Amino acid sequence: MLKYFFIRLLSAIPVLFLVILITFILVRLAPGGPFDQERAAPPAVLANLNKQYHLDDPVVVQFKDYLVNLLRGDFGPSFKYPTRTVTEIILTGLPPTLELGLYALLFAMFVGISTGVMAGLKPNSAQDYIPMTIAMIGICLPSFVLGPLLILGFGIGLEWFPVSGWGDSPGDKVLPAITLGAAYAAYIARLTRGGMLDVMSQDYIRTARAKGLSPARIVGLHALRGALAPVVAFAGPAAAGLLSGSFVVETIYQIPGLGRFYLQAAFNRDYTMILGTTIFFATLIILFNFISDVIQAWINPKLRQSLSK
Amino acid sequence: MQKTKLVLTLLFTCAAVCTLISGCSKNELTNVEYGNQNQILFVANADEPQALDPHITTGEPDFHVISSLFEGLTRLNGETLAPEPATAASWVISDDKLTYTFTLRDNAAWSDGEPVTAEDFVWSWRRALTPALGNLYAYMMYYVKNAEAYNTGEITDFDLVGIHALDAKTLEVTLASPTPFFLQLLDHHSYYPLPRATIEKHGDFDSRVSSWTLPENIVSNGAFKLSSWEINKLIAVDKNPHYWNAEHIKLEGVRFLPINDKQAEERAFRSGQVHLTYSPQMAIEKIATYKKEAPELLRVTQTYSNYYYLINHTRKPFDDVRVRKALAYSIDRTSLVENILKGGEVPAYTFVPADKQGHKPVAHFSENVALAKQLLAEAGFPNGEGFPSFEILYNTDDNHRKVALAIQQMWRQNLGIEANLLNQEWKVYLDSQTSLNFDVARRGWVADYLDPSNFYELLLSYGGNSNTGWVNTAYDKVVEDARLESDHLKRMALFEQANKIIADEMPVIPIYFMTDLNLVRSNVKNWYDNVMHRHHFNDVYLETEAN
Repeated sequence: MLKYFFIRLLSAIPVLFLVILITFILVRLAPGGPFDQERAAPPAVLANLNKQYHLDDPVVVQFKDYLVNLLRGDFGPSFKYPTRTVTEIILTGLPPTLELGLYALLFAMFVGISTGVMAGLKPNSAQDYIPMTIAMIGICLPSFVLGPLLILGFGIGLEWFPVSGWGDSPGDKVLPAITLGAAYAAYIARLTRGGMLDVMSQDYIRTARAKGLSPARIVGLHALRGALAPVVAFAGPAAAGLLSGSFVVETIYQIPGLGRFYLQAAFNRDYTMILGTTIFFATLIILFNFISDVIQAWINPKLRQSLSK
Repeated sequence: MQKTKLVLTLLFTCAAVCTLISGCSKNELTNVEYGNQNQILFVANADEPQALDPHITTGEPDFHVISSLFEGLTRLNGETLAPEPATAASWVISDDKLTYTFTLRDNAAWSDGEPVTAEDFVWSWRRALTPALGNLYAYMMYYVKNAEAYNTGEITDFDLVGIHALDAKTLEVTLASPTPFFLQLLDHHSYYPLPRATIEKHGDFDSRVSSWTLPENIVSNGAFKLSSWEINKLIAVDKNPHYWNAEHIKLEGVRFLPINDKQAEERAFRSGQVHLTYSPQMAIEKIATYKKEAPELLRVTQTYSNYYYLINHTRKPFDDVRVRKALAYSIDRTSLVENILKGGEVPAYTFVPADKQGHKPVAHFSENVALAKQLLAEAGFPNGEGFPSFEILYNTDDNHRKVALAIQQMWRQNLGIEANLLNQEWKVYLDSQTSLNFDVARRGWVADYLDPSNFYELLLSYGGNSNTGWVNTAYDKVVEDARLESDHLKRMALFEQANKIIADEMPVIPIYFMTDLNLVRSNVKNWYDNVMHRHHFNDVYLETEAN
């Protein structure tokens, strides 16, 4: 099994290389350059700018230089924010994005699993239909709709939470976490419900019931472990999605995270910034998927066995 | 039973957490309340600045911060936009209007207490023009003798450039030609003095990558100094005790919040997070509400700008002046600004807006659908028959889309011609314009300084900003003559000639003059609306019950 995971980790290297290569080519194919602006700059000034950032070198040389610098851990200077390096911007934006992603994931897990279990215990009853209808709405409602609605209700109307900001007051992380996590909570609820329905009809649950165990013990000790397998499989991509997909929520709540830079970099043709953030998020996605695989193997004996063969 | 208990427990926990949080937040002061108590102005500043190095950045939000940190030789009056003495106490202009001799204030100082000298200006202007630095705003200094030649690498000896320090406090500037608006330009960040010792300590003279503008390193000469800079969160500037006029600065500080979403900006204003919104536009959906419910908070100011449609003269049938005129005459501009834009915009029948400096361009055309139809028929397209379908290009933005939709409808209805809408992302749209890969494209222009040449020079056939393929040597000649003319009245007459040529040739279609829409709390005093959207914080203060 260890060998399997080792190979999985090694396979990340060509994947990352491809990501870098494709991104590098795509950003250069996109019309418009980093120094284009509405007022035309004198050609001599543009030539100097291109020279300073080595954009006048052949593309192959640029790619080679980029890779060499990357191996040294240097993502280069940002074109749009010339006084800062890409590494500096990633390191500054990462903590809020990570924190927001973590809270959103916790929210999604807590709400998703608990409603999923409730619904799965009494299928086709009000206890099932109501939370699952809400979950369906949660999946359909994009964060740019949910965010302003929550702000209107809880921020401006009830004045319970600040409408924007990050780390300035105790409540300013609640609404962003809910906005970002809602769709995931809804999806997890549906996955958990499906898992529960599947597990609750198994023989070992009937045995547990026959032994006279309390419903809480049956669910907590026996059913959940099996019911959560699809949720765990989903958690890896979900965590990656929460981190890399936070730019809408970051914009709505004005959170100084990485998501805003990621999106802006593409619009600004900030080549180094696009590459830096893409590599960074690609690494995160690969990592989370890997962790999710490890946890799945850990909770699912069947999978563990098949991997060990 | 157990389940009911569980549900009840959950409900109580939620209620307790909510009460706790709401209790916490209600006891806190909003930014505005805190600011009012401490004379600290909170500003919604559109976006995270690219940089605070005045020679590198090109962004509007950056200038807002930079103009609080640095001060040029002159400063534009907030109400009248007239240049007033700032770091320079006085100046003398030679009779030929080519040489300006500035005397710096004796007490002009950097935020570390060192005096600001004429040599500081010479060094800074040299840096601004150094080719390797790639200063995209260097063209603002091309009015100085030989500045353009030095910036484009034609000459390498900076002594040939018309700027010299006669002594520690006297600066002499020689211009390439008489430039009536030169004193205005000196309040542009390209002309600000920069701290030589600090810049050289933290990097190369001509390097764009440097840490000299970080709060722990920066030294500046303006009314405020940089206290903190948290990326995408907050920039704080506080009163500079070494500023020559520090005793008359009433604000203790300014806080710039980078809010790049129009809706979020309006919410931040409404919930007391900011005293004012500094970005030129606001959420269009909110305008009507503020007009009705809180008109005292909404500031609508016509700006020195224009919004027009570029026409690609290299494509048929747009090379025919009758077609261009037909397109221009068949737009109902009044309906467009009143029913679609609703932000107080002014219909434009000239390319250049009138100004208080004396240029009052004559409107040589008006809406005239009958004439438009006749012109189109003369061009070979009676009732629009046979007119090829074409595209209106705009960059992705709801306002541009609404304008394009309305104009598409007017052209269809009035002329019987079919335009399709094409929206492109900003950089793609810029690329399409420079490569003349469009039929008709929207363009907006905000002037850098208060002078009609700002706009007329856009349409010079060789200027690089026309983006139409239009070549008219008579027009080029008139605009060049105006550049060299030192007599005000003659100059204005030349501009009127240029205006007439534009109306006759219709190389572009003027549509409207833009406005700024800002939300400003009533207790913010001396925050003047002006056509250039230029504000200094020097005179601003917050009125509270205590004062």
